[in-house]
Amino acid sequence: MSTTNAQQVEERLVEAIASFGPDASEVTRDATFEELDIDSLDLVELGQIAEDEFGVRIEPDDMKQMRTVGDAIDFVAARA
Amino acid sequence: MTRRVVITGMGAITPLGVGARTLHERWAAGESGLQDGLGRCDEFVAEDFLSRKEARRSDRFAQLALAASTQALDDAGWDDGLPYEDERVGCIIGTGIGGLGSLEREHLVLQESGPGKVSPLSVPLMMGNAGSAAVAMRHGLRGPMYAVVSACAAGAQSIGAAVRTIEAGDADAMVTGGAEATLTPLASASFSAMAATSPTGISRPFDARRDGFVMGEGAGVLVLEEAQAARTRGASILGEILGYAATADAHHLTAPEPDGRGPRRAIELALQDAGVTPADLAYVNAHGTSTPLNDRSETLAIKGALGEHAHRLPTSSTKSAVGHLLGAAGAVEAIATVFALDERLAPSTLGYEQPEEGLDLDYVPGEARPLSGNGAPLIAISNSFGFGGHNAVLVIAGAP
Repeated sequence: MSTTNAQQVEERLVEAIASFGPDASEVTRDATFEELDIDSLDLVELGQIAEDEFGVRIEPDDMKQMRTVGDAIDFVAARA
Repeated sequence: MTRRVVITGMGAITPLGVGARTLHERWAAGESGLQDGLGRCDEFVAEDFLSRKEARRSDRFAQLALAASTQALDDAGWDDGLPYEDERVGCIIGTGIGGLGSLEREHLVLQESGPGKVSPLSVPLMMGNAGSAAVAMRHGLRGPMYAVVSACAAGAQSIGAAVRTIEAGDADAMVTGGAEATLTPLASASFSAMAATSPTGISRPFDARRDGFVMGEGAGVLVLEEAQAARTRGASILGEILGYAATADAHHLTAPEPDGRGPRRAIELALQDAGVTPADLAYVNAHGTSTPLNDRSETLAIKGALGEHAHRLPTSSTKSAVGHLLGAAGAVEAIATVFALDERLAPSTLGYEQPEEGLDLDYVPGEARPLSGNGAPLIAISNSFGFGGHNAVLVIAGAP
């Protein structure tokens, strides 16, 4: 996996999460979904975007393990 | 002692603009919100009222409800918080159809891309109670909360249900009204196929040339409070819901009964509920859809229920200015009625020029008409009828 890919994943997922409600400036790697008011409905949509654009499927069990924005980015980047 | 129900706040988003007073002022000035045969809320900007998250989590009909409710609560002086325990404030926002635009969009996704691509928000955006749910969530209303779904009578029946909730003691205040946003391909095609909408795109209720309704979108929300509680907190009282009644035609899926028997009984029962007689009325806000069938049967119902008084009462249709807002219509029209009473000015039925035999009420042609009275609050009825045979009538008094 190339660095460019990881960057692309990060940019796209941050953009997607920001579109769900929080200000883009709040969507940092360390921010937790709870802080950002991102709930399970948002994460399902995030999963659809990851699958559409990077071919990475996030199963419900994987989702439950994700606490921070960084967790989601790393999960997708590692499989993209 | 009977608990009475007063109106302390109103908000409206309509094709005539943003705000309840805007609706009255523009309609009274003879302005129409209709363009190209549709009544769009062009001046409504969701971002002015909703956070990004709220906007994403609500269909347009719920967005309109959220905006109108925020205006209504501000108008009631509730912007700094609820004046009652949150568990004593309920919410009933009616709709005719619900989030049809969301349904159509996601159904297309399902057809084109398969079930895996359908948004998890599809059902929660589409459901008919989504307007009520969004409004209750935004304002923290924890009393009785649901939606009334009775086609074009939903707005009026929501207000009626909210009145009953306060009268029964189940709540001290209610946030209520109706919302609709179905200027969508499916709704347009369906109404057109059943020849309900105007092929010429002109709304001219009661006119001999009327050929169907013009579809509009919008929302109207009222804050209702138990009268004594409202006075105790020093609320400014805009009007009172004196009475309400609802009946059913049990006749046909879409057509009204030609003799107007069901609507007539609803008017009679509403007056009885209010404890007033036809002689006490100053104005009639008609359902007046501009369809050949409704305007004739409604005229018969008004004449049957009000007798000799029917001919002396100014009777106008808000739909001449904003089109048919379906499940929002009854609420928006109740608001228009309160303004007509408080400003003592009945806006005209726009476009009404050519009388038809038998349709011989005073439909307020031309210009808005001053309403006369003896200094006491004026009283009006507001009619709402819906596909399925729903008839709902509110008896409203102006400010004391």
